[in-house]
Amino acid sequence: MAKVIVVTSGKGGVGKTTTSAAFAMGLAMKGHKTVVVDFDVGLRNLDLIMGCERRVVFDFINVINGEAKLHQALIKDKRIENLYILPTSQTRDKDALTKEGVEIIINELKKDFDFIVCDSPAGIESGALMALYWADEAVIVTNPEVSSVRDSDRILGILASKSYRAEQGMSAVKEHLLLTRYDPTRVEKGEMLKVDDVLEILSVPLLGVIPESPAVLQASNVGAPVVLNEKSAAGQAYMDAVKRFLGERIPQRFIEAEKRGFFDKLLRRSA
Amino acid sequence: MSMFNNFLVALGLKEQPSTAASAKERLQVVVSHQRRHRHSPDYLPMLEKDILAVIAKYVEIEEDKVDIKFQRGDSISTLEVNVELPAGASMRAKVRKIAETSEDVIKAKTAEKKMKSELFDA
Repeated sequence: MAKVIVVTSGKGGVGKTTTSAAFAMGLAMKGHKTVVVDFDVGLRNLDLIMGCERRVVFDFINVINGEAKLHQALIKDKRIENLYILPTSQTRDKDALTKEGVEIIINELKKDFDFIVCDSPAGIESGALMALYWADEAVIVTNPEVSSVRDSDRILGILASKSYRAEQGMSAVKEHLLLTRYDPTRVEKGEMLKVDDVLEILSVPLLGVIPESPAVLQASNVGAPVVLNEKSAAGQAYMDAVKRFLGERIPQRFIEAEKRGFFDKLLRRSA
Repeated sequence: MSMFNNFLVALGLKEQPSTAASAKERLQVVVSHQRRHRHSPDYLPMLEKDILAVIAKYVEIEEDKVDIKFQRGDSISTLEVNVELPAGASMRAKVRKIAETSEDVIKAKTAEKKMKSELFDA
């Protein structure tokens, strides 16, 4: 049975597209046929993060409007077997996405894929509502920062009331928290919210913590999702999250700062 | 006490209260507020404004002294309107039960006691 996963956050710039790309690629690397769909109409970026921007011919909206077949718009990843990208359009037409149009495409994708990862735009307007409407599960991307946590709570409220599952009175959309850009050193200094603080406020099960890492920017620079960089902490953290999502028991990592010696601490304090 | 704390902080014997702690505190407040409104209908803010305007026609009130709560039940939903009238407000207003239907019971609770005590004073 195919699963629809929405990657959402409310707030912009917290790492939704980075997460969608890494997560979808991770699922495919684990052998699941996966498609990642860009819902950010007008601000297409998933193709760039996935490194297939030069291969976009048709898009999501073309398929909805009947101007192209679904298989014409799907882009097969050249690095990982089982991974496809459905890019969005750059149209400025706000109503390009309709609930019915999206439903037809999702249902068609469900026939072919194990996982359909929906990369939501920021905000709580039409595009974000479309991205989460058909979701079975949701990955809430949150930074340890006040505005991001508050917006995540807003999105959780919307998932619980505006999704298809909510409207139909079905079992709720399963929620997963992914805490990104986490800096354990700053947490230790009391400058950043702890994982536990965020969990206490949002009360959503933790899927993973992605540490702040230079590898993320480097990955987007070259259009190679960070899971391809197996040496990087962020790449490993995303892969851990994918495994947990698939039911493996993987202990949390990247939550503690690297241990420092006594003298190091003393020096840092007086600095 | 706070001076003593500052002294300890200056000596490096006590940690400065962390900014992360205030982030957590502030978030707990806004999130609990958001959750109270989570199950209320979309029209509630507009309704709140309209009710406020009607009351303001008859009596002087402060905007932040009006509290509107919506509670959804299985067979009955209630809308509770609490209006705190300032001391010396015009007594023409009588905010009471406004409407009652099988679907929604609209309750208007005013600070009646306050009004009564003011009547006594007058």
